[in-house]
Amino acid sequence: MDNPVFHIEKLNFWYGAKQALFDVDVTIRPNQSTAFIGPSGCGKTTLLRCLNRMNDLIERTRVEGKIALHGQGLYAPEVDVIELRKRVGMVFQKSNPFPKSIFDNIAYGLRIQGVNSKNDLADRIEASLRKAALWDEVKDRLNDSAMALSGGQQQRLCIARAIAVEPEVLLMDEPCSALDPVATAKIEELIQDLKKEFTIVIVTHNMQQAARVSDHTAFFYLGKLVEFDVTTKIFTNPANKQTEDYVTGRFG
Amino acid sequence: MTEKQPVETRRGDAGVAPASLSRTDLGAAIIRKRSRPGEWLAERGIFAVSLSSIVMIFLIFAFVGREALPVILGQTSNARTQKPLTPDEATKLPADKLAKYIGVSVSELKGYDAETLKTLVELKAEELAQVSNTDSRINTTSWQKMFQPHRWLGYDKPEYIWQPTSEIPKYNCIPLFIGSLKATLVALLFSVPLGVAAAIYVSQLASPKVREIVKPTIELLSGIPSVVLGFFALIVLATILQTIFHYSSRLNALVGGIALGLAVIPVIFTIAEDALTSVPKSYSQAALALGAAPWQVAWQVVLPAALPGVFAACILGFGRAMGETMIVLMASGNASIVSASILDSCRTITATIAAELAEVVFGGAHYRILFLLGTLLFAVTFVTNLVGEMIVHRLKARLEGA
Amino acid sequence: MKIRDWRSVAFTGATGLATFCIVAMVVVILGNIVWDGAAQMSLRFIFGGTSEGMFDAQKAGVFPMIFGTVALVVLMTIGVVPVGVITAVYLTEYARHESLITRVIRGAINNLAGVPSIVFGLFGLGFFVQFVGGGIDKVFFGGQLHYAKPALIWAAATMAVLTLPVVIVATEEALRAVPHGFREGSLALGATKLETIWKVVLPQALPGILTGAILAVGRGAGEVAPIMFTGAAYYLAHLPKGPTDQFMHLGYHVFVLSTQSPDIERTKPILYGTVLVLLLLTFLLNLTAVLVRAGIRAKLRAANG
Repeated sequence: MDNPVFHIEKLNFWYGAKQALFDVDVTIRPNQSTAFIGPSGCGKTTLLRCLNRMNDLIERTRVEGKIALHGQGLYAPEVDVIELRKRVGMVFQKSNPFPKSIFDNIAYGLRIQGVNSKNDLADRIEASLRKAALWDEVKDRLNDSAMALSGGQQQRLCIARAIAVEPEVLLMDEPCSALDPVATAKIEELIQDLKKEFTIVIVTHNMQQAARVSDHTAFFYLGKLVEFDVTTKIFTNPANKQTEDYVTGRFG
Repeated sequence: MTEKQPVETRRGDAGVAPASLSRTDLGAAIIRKRSRPGEWLAERGIFAVSLSSIVMIFLIFAFVGREALPVILGQTSNARTQKPLTPDEATKLPADKLAKYIGVSVSELKGYDAETLKTLVELKAEELAQVSNTDSRINTTSWQKMFQPHRWLGYDKPEYIWQPTSEIPKYNCIPLFIGSLKATLVALLFSVPLGVAAAIYVSQLASPKVREIVKPTIELLSGIPSVVLGFFALIVLATILQTIFHYSSRLNALVGGIALGLAVIPVIFTIAEDALTSVPKSYSQAALALGAAPWQVAWQVVLPAALPGVFAACILGFGRAMGETMIVLMASGNASIVSASILDSCRTITATIAAELAEVVFGGAHYRILFLLGTLLFAVTFVTNLVGEMIVHRLKARLEGA
Repeated sequence: MKIRDWRSVAFTGATGLATFCIVAMVVVILGNIVWDGAAQMSLRFIFGGTSEGMFDAQKAGVFPMIFGTVALVVLMTIGVVPVGVITAVYLTEYARHESLITRVIRGAINNLAGVPSIVFGLFGLGFFVQFVGGGIDKVFFGGQLHYAKPALIWAAATMAVLTLPVVIVATEEALRAVPHGFREGSLALGATKLETIWKVVLPQALPGILTGAILAVGRGAGEVAPIMFTGAAYYLAHLPKGPTDQFMHLGYHVFVLSTQSPDIERTKPILYGTVLVLLLLTFLLNLTAVLVRAGIRAKLRAANG
């Protein structure tokens, strides 16, 4: 556990003049799942989107402090953000499959990485669909439109799409917020499996979810990291009063 | 393809090598900058192409202005200014110049004896002496003659005259300006009340069903080519209006202006309606909550808030009316007379260019003055568009900020 | 309450009447044209030429004008669509929202949309015919006259400049209607911006881009002033054989027939017929565009929640 994947130190982040993160320190360890929790607007999604620099897409944002992937500063000038994103995949709050077939959705990322042979594609698509626990449901209709899938299936397709390109880290931004309990349970189960192969960072509103799926939990409030510890400790014996109030449902 | 290699083999490497070392090294190495010349080139290309609108505006100004430049700089002259020569001076001239002066060919000149030549030179001097006090010595392409009245021979007072094809071409632009303004004024008097009232009705009072009918109808109207509106004005509208008002010239500023108004209505309606609907709902809801009737809200709350937008609609409508060509060319009669009556026919700037450019000598004074008119027209619409857009932009920013 | 009532009726009545007047005028104009034009419609009229009598209602046809108009808009579309789409891509995908250059580009587009059509005619003559055409003749033909004269290609080029704002605005709208999630999803997979645009955004925006092209074609088919000096001909015995020939045009023909006819009453049926063909051409195109656009707007509303 001594070689962290991400090392974040004194990270500050601004949207225009508005500061969204204040001196955040977090360490993400390999093959574990780390949950970011906190009330809306606390900066947890902002931090998540710093990890693959998706925030670059928003105009007039500014970042200060240190955020490193295996010691390489992410915002250093020599970093190629495209390569970074190939290595740090992401699943979004609202499932966003492309309006193409199921097959082409997963093939998209692979083709971009230069996998073009039909057999390779088929193999890797099957593998990633299996890992995303979707294969049995869609194996007979790979050429159907992804838009015809249910919400939970779409989200698992997005997970399959993200892991098909074999990233090291998988970022998940409230992946279950738009799903029903059954679909949510499936994805939570999936996260437990994916952990063996990927490092997972998950943002969630749902504290039970954080307690169920994560090994470490970071609690944010108003852009500050309030507490960061092993999940069981955060939920049973938090050091901070605010954390306790939040995880026991007294505010948020 | 080679740059893809690390990604696919990474996992294998990580498994074989001691985890601590390889991961750290790879962390730095894999996300290092790649050069993507294709991407870089494409981005520059996209940017370059996106500048084409700016380039086009510049080229329009440059190339329309270029043809007009000699007139603008006062370098053109169509004055016939030959100095009369005495027979002594004439005999000293080289043969070709003398021939040109008298107006004969060089071979003819050689056939003349000295006596005939002397008579011819004297006759020419007499002729020039007569000409010297006529209009032909005037450079009619000067700024002064293009914009100030002049008392031509046979007229009893200074007048503004556009007669580019008469023996002494007269290029005074004022009748054309008056023609354009007259047609535009009629068009605006017709289209502003209708367009703005309809915009108020559709945006504030009408039921969604009415809106569903009116908006596409107005889109339809804006899709009618102006040559078709001109045709309709010429064949149908002119007859109807003449039957009603019993005026003498069938095609006039009234007919042209109303047809022009039909083309301007969609412009005014669309922009005014847009401004009215962008007034925040909270304004009108507050007024409605205080017990105001819908018409009062529209008149006393929404319209004042959107007034700059309505004003901008009128400005842009003005620009459109000034620049419209086919309608006025077909329906306004095209007589370049200075008259305040809208029942007289009028000749607009645009119609003048359209009607005359096909028949002028390329590069001649008339040609250049038509381009000058085009340049002026471009400048006028450029300014009206700029002002109109600025007003709309400011209004939107203010309403969205509120 | 009573006083308020009659004022309410008067205000609503007046504005409603204005609206009704506009709609009524459109109905009258179109009704008049359709009614009188339909009488002239026949296969002979649509597929016939003018050689047997341009002003004779029994013999004249409009095929050369339809051919010329279609040739014009096809060439124009080839020119304007790539430039317009690329500009729209830059504005929606690359440009920083508030930067100076973005604002200047937008200003230029707005201004281009407001330039009077006759000025485009002057521009086409001064730039395309004389400068570009003259340049080609000088460089490639030793000053022989091949390109420095009014021609189909110069009219199309002029019209392409005129319709550029139409294509840009429609394409921008289509690109904005593509949900942001698609772009993020693609970028998060390590696609470059260009790959994202080419493989995800543009295919999604295709219907909207087509709308823009159709609107431009509708506009281009109806404009007359810009082509009067750059390529349209009063009368031609033959169809244009290539892009350097002159052509006949429906709109210009309407102008010619209604102002040059020796006997307007005898020419009227041809005029109405020609106008109807022109209107059908532009309206069918516009209608298609409006329908496609309505679909895109509905999708946009759905995407924005």
